Amino acid sequence: MRYIPHTSDDIREMLADIGTARVEDLFSTIPEKLQVKEPLNLPKALSEPELMAELTRLAAKNTNATTTASFLGAGAYNHYSPTLVNTLIQRSELLTPYTPYQAEIAQGTLQIIFEFQTMVANLLGFDLANASMYDGSTAMAEAALMAMRITKRKGIVVAHTAHPEYRAVLDNIITPPGAKIQLAAFASTGLMDLDQLKSQVNNTTAAVIVQSPNFFGGIESISKIADIAHAVGALCIVVVTDPTSLGLLKSPGAQGADIAVAEGQSFGLGLQFGGPNLGLFATKNEFLRMMPGRLVGETTDAEGRRGYALAFATREQHIRREKATSNICTNQALCATAATIYMATIGKQGLQQVATLSLERAVQLRKRLGKIKSISFPFSAPTYNEFVVRLPIAAADAVHKLTSKNILGGVALSRWYANQPNDLLVCTTELTQPGHIDDLGRALEEIL
Amino acid sequence: MPATPGGTGLILEEATLFDLSRPGRKGASLPAVSTSFNVSKHLPADLLNTDGPNLPELSEPEVNRHFVRLSTWNYNKDAGFFPLGSCTMKYNPKVNEWSARLPGFAASHPYQPLETVQGNLELLYNLEKFLGEVGGMECVTLWPNAGAHGELTGIQIMRSYHLAKGNARKSIIIPDSAHGTNPASTALCGYSVIQVKSNEKGHLDPEAVAKVMTEDVAGIMVTNPSTLGLFETHLPEVAEIVHAKGGLVYCDGANLNALMGVAKLGHCGADIMHYNLHKTFSTPHGGGGPGAGPVGVKKHLEPFLPVPRVVKDGDNYTITEDCPQSVGRVRAFFGNFGVLVRAYTYIRELGADGLKLATQMAVLNSNYILAKLKDDYQPAQKERPLHECILTDKKQQEFGVKTLDIAKRLMDYGFHPPTVYFPLIVPGAMMIEPTETESKEACDQFITAMKEIARECEATPEKVKSAPHRTFRRRLDEAKAVKEPKLIWKK
Repeated sequence: MRYIPHTSDDIREMLADIGTARVEDLFSTIPEKLQVKEPLNLPKALSEPELMAELTRLAAKNTNATTTASFLGAGAYNHYSPTLVNTLIQRSELLTPYTPYQAEIAQGTLQIIFEFQTMVANLLGFDLANASMYDGSTAMAEAALMAMRITKRKGIVVAHTAHPEYRAVLDNIITPPGAKIQLAAFASTGLMDLDQLKSQVNNTTAAVIVQSPNFFGGIESISKIADIAHAVGALCIVVVTDPTSLGLLKSPGAQGADIAVAEGQSFGLGLQFGGPNLGLFATKNEFLRMMPGRLVGETTDAEGRRGYALAFATREQHIRREKATSNICTNQALCATAATIYMATIGKQGLQQVATLSLERAVQLRKRLGKIKSISFPFSAPTYNEFVVRLPIAAADAVHKLTSKNILGGVALSRWYANQPNDLLVCTTELTQPGHIDDLGRALEEIL
Repeated sequence: MPATPGGTGLILEEATLFDLSRPGRKGASLPAVSTSFNVSKHLPADLLNTDGPNLPELSEPEVNRHFVRLSTWNYNKDAGFFPLGSCTMKYNPKVNEWSARLPGFAASHPYQPLETVQGNLELLYNLEKFLGEVGGMECVTLWPNAGAHGELTGIQIMRSYHLAKGNARKSIIIPDSAHGTNPASTALCGYSVIQVKSNEKGHLDPEAVAKVMTEDVAGIMVTNPSTLGLFETHLPEVAEIVHAKGGLVYCDGANLNALMGVAKLGHCGADIMHYNLHKTFSTPHGGGGPGAGPVGVKKHLEPFLPVPRVVKDGDNYTITEDCPQSVGRVRAFFGNFGVLVRAYTYIRELGADGLKLATQMAVLNSNYILAKLKDDYQPAQKERPLHECILTDKKQQEFGVKTLDIAKRLMDYGFHPPTVYFPLIVPGAMMIEPTETESKEACDQFITAMKEIARECEATPEKVKSAPHRTFRRRLDEAKAVKEPKLIWKK
């Protein structure tokens, strides 16, 4: 076994020092009747070439976005990741350390986290950001829990146009601690119905959660929603599933939100079938001690030199145990590192360009599909790189037919929105090839 | 071969990205936007950020150098011995990184039609089976993102099980030796914590459990091997006590590296357990994640597992969300899939014999280090340890030196310190988990350093107390980081 260095001589000498004869003796504290007699029932061990053949076989059974036209988004986006990102995160120094509890020998990770916190806070328009949550969905639930702690209220109003799987995770995480969740309906624009929202919030509401751009692609009026929340003493939580949108759009913080969370997958992580990805979490200074997750602060060492250390750990589980602000321990540090490298590489102009290109391709796609008479666009709100297309047939059937033409044509909304059977959610990014837009248009013309 | 690897060398200073940024620099190469394209025709002016995103501006060579320099400030597993107890810092195989990056996996989208992701589903289905076999569990969910998330999922399963019987119950029993995540996860589920004291050997005490176990208690959360690195011999007896009152037994699998192919938690009375793929199954820690915390359960708890469930139907794989009693969805999409690919790769390479050998050599290394250091430092364990041994600073306190100082001094010798001051029930604990991927020579170097430090504690205690001396930074002022918080860069 190539990962285990022990020779039989090593084992013999080590056992002699321990004062026992056999390796099996080392397990003598395990009662005989609990010891496993049979070998584990697992497939036989593979050599590296055999292993590579097996993994190659499995991977080859999948279709993937590098070889197939794809218009899938809905929370996972096929954005460009500069080669530098994947090159750097494979450095052992970044890939193989532990959580930076021993600051003197983890300054690299710590400074990277400090830079990550800075860029995330700046992009989302806040004073602070933590050193990552698992993903956008769990970050949204953590934000709801934080709002419940701050307001000492249990009511959460969440947009029906927030990502359906995020809402499911919200149910899963905040129901046991006693939250009461209400859905805020959407209007014919595809945006949150503000009149109805006003009637839903009251002095039991801890937070209003809105996603923007929302699950249908529509860009919400965050400042109006924040005003409605604030009027009853509730917080406004904004969720961003594709943060490249911040290359063009005003930040949630600048529009009056109290907490913003985002899915950081667009920042260089690739699709990876949806994970590992990265929860971004930012808020105002006043909520610092209520915030979940790890934080790094700048400080000095014994010789007065600039350095970094974990800060405000008294909020965390390893110190505060059942009174911690979250149970999170292992987070998504390497993904945060990748996102930091991405943000540094793509830079100010680059992110603006990524966003502009994603929007431009969406405009081109809408124009192309608009030429098909039987297709309509059900919602009128302005959109970024995703929008809903209403087909004359069931969207799930259309997806199936497009797949047979080797086009990943979009996401049928019917799996979550039963009364929108013909609605297809499509997405573009800077990687969407203009030729693929035409391929989709022609394929739909044939199908419909 | 040097007695210890601690050396000296040139380390380069580096400013922050924000100090290095210069307006107009670009680090990325992107397709051009059409000259005729005008953003303001498509988005209303009041939604636009006219200043552009607030990100630094650097060229690619600068970004590369920046992160290369920063990376050299990190101690890492690939560079040296990393005996963090309870963290299982084993070697991270490079072929795992290769497989996770195969475009078929890495560029597949979670909402692709299922017929186009059969490879992913086959891998997930089989990984569930493999983990179930290692833990003695009948059904497994792969979606939790990390150990603590697995705990939360497990406790939710417990809650849903009790709710289905009509009453969620009020509290959960947790031994005083538990990881902090255990009580934190429990509290998140709305349960109160009943802490039970370990016995004089650090074991779970059946009598203490029997005293507090009532029909108001949902169950018990136990780490086996315990955080003292000891097998919980009384677990089956404790499980009987808990089961007799209708409770469930949750096993924290943080220390599973001590048991593979040797014992199964499912045979010890556990109804629910979680696995840490970033510990036992070799996926890299990445400076704090990502991990994966799959949860295994016995058959009677299968209806409560999170959605989606991966199902095999003839030669095809599919998913179902039609699970009315499920705790629901613990995360969007399919967990930390890339981590799952790495763990699958690892298990396929090692097979049954390899996993068992890993466990055996991990336990051999820990016992060897204990045997060599037990006269220099006071051991905390009163019986033979499994994968980790615990030493304390009891002997060194006489010279005014404490565990933290010894930990910092180890850095000067070229080692990552052990886990310190944990478990909480052992004063001055140094918890040493070498793992199986360290050679005898590497263990010997660590032993040499520890012995040398023990001598220094007597002869030159000030040198130990002011350590580290050779690191890139000396001790950091952690109090200042809180008192004068500077959590983001400002001009």
